[in-house]
Amino acid sequence: MSNKDAYWNKTKNHMIVTLVLWAFFSLVIFMFGSELNTMSFLGYPLAYYMTAQGSLLAFVIILFWTANKQEKIDEEHGFSEREDD
Amino acid sequence: MFKGDFIQNLPKIYGTYTGGFIVFIILMALAEQAGVSAKNIGVMFVAFTVLIYALIGYLSRTVQVDAYYVAGRQVPTVFNGMATAADWMSGASFVALAGGVYFGGYTYMAFLVGWTGGYVLVATLMAPYLRKFGCYTVPDFIGTRYGGNAVRAASVFVLFIASFTYVTAQINATGTIASRALGIPFEAGVWVGLISILICSMLGGMRAVTWTQVAQYIVLIIAYLIPVFWISSNVGGGIFPHLMLGDEVARLGELEQQFGLVKNSAADMKAAGVPGGLKYISGSHSGVPEGGMAVWKYLSLAICMMVGTASLPHILMRYFTTPTVRAARKSVAWSLFFIFLLYSSAPMLATLSKLALMDPNLPTGIIGKSISEVQSIEWVQRWSEVKQVFIADFNGDGILQLNEWFMRGDVVVLATPEVAGLPFVISGLVFAGGMAAAMSTADGLVLAISNALSHDIYYKIINPKAETAKRLLVARVLLVIIGAAGAYIASFRLTSILGSVAWAFDFAMSGLFFPLVLGVWWKRATREGAIAGIIAGIVSGTVYLTWVFPKFSVPIWGGVNTPFLGIDHLRFGLIGAPICLVVMVVVSLMTKEPSPATQKLVDDTRIPTGKAILGKQH
Repeated sequence: MSNKDAYWNKTKNHMIVTLVLWAFFSLVIFMFGSELNTMSFLGYPLAYYMTAQGSLLAFVIILFWTANKQEKIDEEHGFSEREDD
Repeated sequence: MFKGDFIQNLPKIYGTYTGGFIVFIILMALAEQAGVSAKNIGVMFVAFTVLIYALIGYLSRTVQVDAYYVAGRQVPTVFNGMATAADWMSGASFVALAGGVYFGGYTYMAFLVGWTGGYVLVATLMAPYLRKFGCYTVPDFIGTRYGGNAVRAASVFVLFIASFTYVTAQINATGTIASRALGIPFEAGVWVGLISILICSMLGGMRAVTWTQVAQYIVLIIAYLIPVFWISSNVGGGIFPHLMLGDEVARLGELEQQFGLVKNSAADMKAAGVPGGLKYISGSHSGVPEGGMAVWKYLSLAICMMVGTASLPHILMRYFTTPTVRAARKSVAWSLFFIFLLYSSAPMLATLSKLALMDPNLPTGIIGKSISEVQSIEWVQRWSEVKQVFIADFNGDGILQLNEWFMRGDVVVLATPEVAGLPFVISGLVFAGGMAAAMSTADGLVLAISNALSHDIYYKIINPKAETAKRLLVARVLLVIIGAAGAYIASFRLTSILGSVAWAFDFAMSGLFFPLVLGVWWKRATREGAIAGIIAGIVSGTVYLTWVFPKFSVPIWGGVNTPFLGIDHLRFGLIGAPICLVVMVVVSLMTKEPSPATQKLVDDTRIPTGKAILGKQH
């Protein structure tokens, strides 16, 4: 397998992991909204907290994490861009 | 001025700008103390900020093609994040989001998840690859990847429908705010708004829009956050509302129990003469509605908004302006961070505002008081005069019930500072913020449409030999025409007929999402597949919209239809996008595999390093 193919396989797997996390915070937890709302976080009902703030924050964290991870994959395979590109 | 070390000086320049804006706010506060009228303060806020944007627009003028279309691809990560956040957060986000949460509660907040979660799709599936490709516009990618004028024209068509639906609403919002702040008629406000928008974008294209959007983001976020924090400490919500409103949310639940969530019948509301567009609270603030259908309604709305976000050209094109692929990825993360600052505050503002009106223990509470007493409150009188709030005593007991208080959603943002006893300078600031939000989105949209027409239709299809000067002239003329057309339609207030901004997301996802994703992620996708998919998606989505939306279905289909599986007019992308996918895959598999050259092009797109597919000037 060429370096390019190996790079693309890793990138693809990384994409899938990111989208699984995304689906968890955007869809899966809201399938159980009424159950979650019986729990509380910071004094808020949990499902309310997630839709008002929690999932939004999770997306921000996922995005920084996924960009950093992808940069590492770039580096491993020698596809990092030069600063002056 | 905008050469060389301008980029390195950006933090200093915008730091000074922010400091200057804060000094301006303080000066206005002093002016209010000195007796300058509330109206004049509003005028000065809007005039001062719009003049600054116009100045930035003028300084960013350019005669370079790549500066005009992609800001010379030198916008640093964090600044592009701010510009995207301003591009994204429309006048509607600014003035209507908190109102939506106020009336809709948990159910409405599917929009919050949808309008933020979509950025994960942008970052993983699209932005870095489109940046590597080196295109000027979204149809430029589709046209080059699949090859040929037909597929390019089809994608321009989808872009036009989606963005134009959105832009009229934005120009409408600009006009509303300009007319209220400057005290001029709405029709004049629309044209004032349009001229402000064009000054910011016409001379410098994407470069000018980028630097004005950064300036607009700073104004809008200050204008949103200061009132939220201030109101919170005024009504006893704590100094950091985002973490401290648990008790208030629980209290709202108790008050809902106490007052009861009653649904008014349409006949009652009509008989009482409730003005159109005004709403009352009938759903729970934090309670989750029971039942599978309610869950599906929430999820389906979130899906449409997320997938739509990842297909909207005016957002995707912001990531063409970063220096590198890596910067494009990081820039998406920064964009969402800046959006998060406002979106996470909207529910808090809604909670505070609701509590201020509903809690009988607070001096601001009105529900449960006698109607004559409420009608004598100054802000109630002022907003009643312009038909923004309304009281209907359905049960005739002279006491204001929860279902008897009607209000327009915008009032939550525009009037809460006043209700909570903040000085008028804050209301002036909120006007400036609303204007910044509406202008920045309108700028991005008008530019997305006119760039696609000038680059993809005029230069790529009609006249590929055109000189640079002529291309930029055509681009600017189209910009003025598109803006004027949007303002003309907005001035008739047809927006209620044109429908919701949610439609823009559904149109974009129906026709563009899968052609963009598969263009990068599936080498086997062919030109014929893309053309068939785009057409099938947009046509089926639009036909379904006419079938399900009562205002269209009555004249066209002769009656009102029940939404299929709960897919109503806000969610019609759930019909268009899957059809687009199936048609695109089937037709691609039936046609000949793309040429080795095209496959190599896709391979190159997937790798961050190496030359862009399309040259620096094309």
